[in-house]
Amino acid sequence: MSMAEAIIITIIVASTPLLLAALGELVAERAGVLNLGVEGMMIMGAVAGFIATYESGQPIVGIVAAVFAGMLTASLFAFVTLVLVANQVASGLALTLLGIGFSALIGESYANKPGIKLSRIHIPGLTDIPFVGPIVFGQDPLVYVTILLVIGVSWFLFRTRGGLILRAVGDNHVSAHALGYGVVRVRFLAVLFGGACAGLAGAYLSLVSTSQWLDNMTAGRGWIALALVVFATWLPWRLAIGALLFGAVGILQFHAQALGIRVPAQFLSALPYLITIVVLVLISGNRLLMRSNTPAMLGQSFVPDR
Amino acid sequence: MLKRLMIATAALGLALGVGAAQAQEKFKVGFVNVGPKTDGGWTQGHWTGVEMLQKELGDQIEVTFLENVPEGPDAERAIEGLVQAGNKLIFTTSFGFMEPTLKVAAKYPDVMFEHATGFKTAPNVTTYNARFYQGRYIIGQIAAKMSETGTAGYIVSFPIPEVVMGINSFMLGAQSINPDFKLKIVWINSWMDPAKEGEAAKALFDQGVDIITQHTDSTEPLKIAQERGKLGFGQAHDMYDAAPKAQLTAIVDNWGPYYIARTKAAMDGTWESQASWDGLAEGTVQMSPYTNMPDDVAAAAKDIEAKIASGEFHPFTGPIYKQDGTEVAADGVVMDDGALLTMDYYVKGIDGTPGTN
Repeated sequence: MSMAEAIIITIIVASTPLLLAALGELVAERAGVLNLGVEGMMIMGAVAGFIATYESGQPIVGIVAAVFAGMLTASLFAFVTLVLVANQVASGLALTLLGIGFSALIGESYANKPGIKLSRIHIPGLTDIPFVGPIVFGQDPLVYVTILLVIGVSWFLFRTRGGLILRAVGDNHVSAHALGYGVVRVRFLAVLFGGACAGLAGAYLSLVSTSQWLDNMTAGRGWIALALVVFATWLPWRLAIGALLFGAVGILQFHAQALGIRVPAQFLSALPYLITIVVLVLISGNRLLMRSNTPAMLGQSFVPDR
Repeated sequence: MLKRLMIATAALGLALGVGAAQAQEKFKVGFVNVGPKTDGGWTQGHWTGVEMLQKELGDQIEVTFLENVPEGPDAERAIEGLVQAGNKLIFTTSFGFMEPTLKVAAKYPDVMFEHATGFKTAPNVTTYNARFYQGRYIIGQIAAKMSETGTAGYIVSFPIPEVVMGINSFMLGAQSINPDFKLKIVWINSWMDPAKEGEAAKALFDQGVDIITQHTDSTEPLKIAQERGKLGFGQAHDMYDAAPKAQLTAIVDNWGPYYIARTKAAMDGTWESQASWDGLAEGTVQMSPYTNMPDDVAAAAKDIEAKIASGEFHPFTGPIYKQDGTEVAADGVVMDDGALLTMDYYVKGIDGTPGTN
């Protein structure tokens, strides 16, 4: 396997958890909910996925458990912000802290236990094509799930009535409510989807990227996913490109260092966030861009007028 | 009604408080750590030491072991919290706790502090460290013998003197066997991030390295090494169970005897501030069994280990040159501890500058 091939595969593995978590957050934000608890949901998914896989011996059980754990964590946030109408930013931050702490608590006895890695698929004939084979046909199953999700979310948001309603709720929840759409219901489902994706992203970390569980192993990837959603201006395909970009920066910086190219490692670690700030400045300056994709009601609580 | 409830609560609180004060005969020892006790590496090494301490002193002490305290301003709060909870001897086990420890120590001159891997002491602050560089020299020699490509990969966290010292010692050991040995160094800006460490390991292997070592805390690089059929060294803890086919040996931290000695001294009143730096000789650094290598390499490793432990050989014996050729130690001269603890340069043969490469 050539070095370029190996690098591309490593980039895909690094980008997939970011893309998964960001995709879920994109749907939630399109509905108008700013869920800062992505890190918390991701790590709950990671610990649940690992524990379930360890206990059952089957990675698929772990994946299901992780999705469920992510959704459960998200439902807590959804209840607090949508039903009790608490401040979304504060609740999201609290969710992150809760997730990190709680996962450390339940995962304590599972740290450094041997895990099971989700194996890559192998299609006889296709996977063996030099260069293209392993990259396109030899990834682990979750990579293909992620690609399908990107296609699915994009189609749902822009080609179906349901997606239109979701975007309407995110752009103007008062009008949507006046038209009779269940704003709280749509947002609740969107947040749950966000939690499911974040949980799956966490499972990817503890079942594919590594095969172990360790305290705080998401190490800030949830925050990168949040930045990614903004970087992609809330469009799924840009999200995929952004995730690959952010993943590539991470991997290429290690290669650059190993090759002896002088790059300050700290600068490269900060790069994803710097790019996101640049994007924010650009889209804030351009009124047309701002109007077209930013959910206007992002972060604003909805209380139906009595 | 409310007034009666408040008085009753106050009385109860007072009773409990008095009761608690009477039970407070145990000597309280606190530990502040940067990671979890289950990391399989650095912090777990300290926890193992604490377990030895508890086994030895049992009922006489009460230990509080704080985990996952980030280095920085939050550390100060955590350390001060321990002081206010009544801990009289506090160990802070990471370099980044240096300034917070000194700040809190200045406020509480009656409390004893011990800071690991730092270099600033005070009347009530001791620094303690283990001579890991001794282990690094040994594994450097093993790496040079076992590597077919003549290049090793080194995964590191932050460019502090402790880490740079380790890199240099490893290189000196490797160069003693193969003067043209090469090193590829990757900084990941974190003491522990299994996924990132794995990515760094993959990047190094993809670039043709066939042996890796690390100064980060998880078992992931060794696991990747095993997956790829390559070799590596464990860090701070015997990582053989995580990668039985890949681990050659590990540099193991054994803090137990030190913790027992210092706690006893603190309880006796004989505690004094010092800069303590024990190594193979005192048993603070141990090498785990030599595996996955031919017998003659293992024998040579045991031999050099014995020589270092007895003091017959010191890894930082001259001639040692900086990258630009400046001599820092003449032929036969041993570098002193001070020079080692403030090391911020690479030795000749390593490219780049610590931290930026």
